Amino acid sequence: MPRLARWYIKLGLLYFVLALALGMLLQARRVADLPDWTATLHPVYIHILAVGWITQLIIGVGYWMFPKFSKEHPRGSEKLGWATLILLNVGLILRALSEPRVALRSEPDLGWLLAVSAVLQAAGGWLFVINTWARIKER
Amino acid sequence: MPRLSVWAIRAALVYLGIGFTVGGLMLFNKGVALDSSLWRLWPLHIELMLVGWTMQLAMAMAFWILPRLQRLERYGNTALAWLAFGLLNAGMLAVMAGEWFGTPAWLSVAGRGVELAAVVAFAVYIWPRVKSFGG
Repeated sequence: MPRLARWYIKLGLLYFVLALALGMLLQARRVADLPDWTATLHPVYIHILAVGWITQLIIGVGYWMFPKFSKEHPRGSEKLGWATLILLNVGLILRALSEPRVALRSEPDLGWLLAVSAVLQAAGGWLFVINTWARIKER
Repeated sequence: MPRLSVWAIRAALVYLGIGFTVGGLMLFNKGVALDSSLWRLWPLHIELMLVGWTMQLAMAMAFWILPRLQRLERYGNTALAWLAFGLLNAGMLAVMAGEWFGTPAWLSVAGRGVELAAVVAFAVYIWPRVKSFGG
């Protein structure tokens, strides 16, 4: 398995664990008197699960297993692959750090971090599409 | 990779890109207010990411990777699989149009029905291919 695929899958596993921990925390609000800010973690929980885990697992396995692009560049552009990984993960972490604070209106100035996070993740998504497109082909 | 998987995975990739863009617009708007009506994109974001990207990709990968049949037509009744692909995409487009325009009220319900028909067609198609290799 190529190194980049291992990075995607291992990072995905870390997000998987983190997402389930957040899910437990959110569920615990029903039985424990937790601080109000924990309620703002719901969108972060969903996206750590959907982008951090599921999407990155798919990207990692796809990078490894999809038909080869060419003999010289079997997995397309490795640089684009790494750029996708960085954009998605930096974007997701920025979101996780800023969204609860923005939602609580405790630090509205962090809104721009959320906007940057949105741009990074959208760019990462499209880079993956561009780098993968030519590998989706009949033999 | 068989042709149907190529079409379905490429469609899923397009929906992924659009879904990320739509989600990004809403997230951007949450941080730096652009237009409050952007929140109307939320059901489209969900449809694109869950049905268009994740479900469609899973179905396309199954069509590609699951064991083939031991007869002349190794992929079995591919017309049924193509029907599932067409119905799934028509259904999700109907759901999104219904959610976006809000009228006619039955459009998104009909879209969900078409998606259901797609999944039934796919399950019937793929059932015999869920077997041991060479079995």
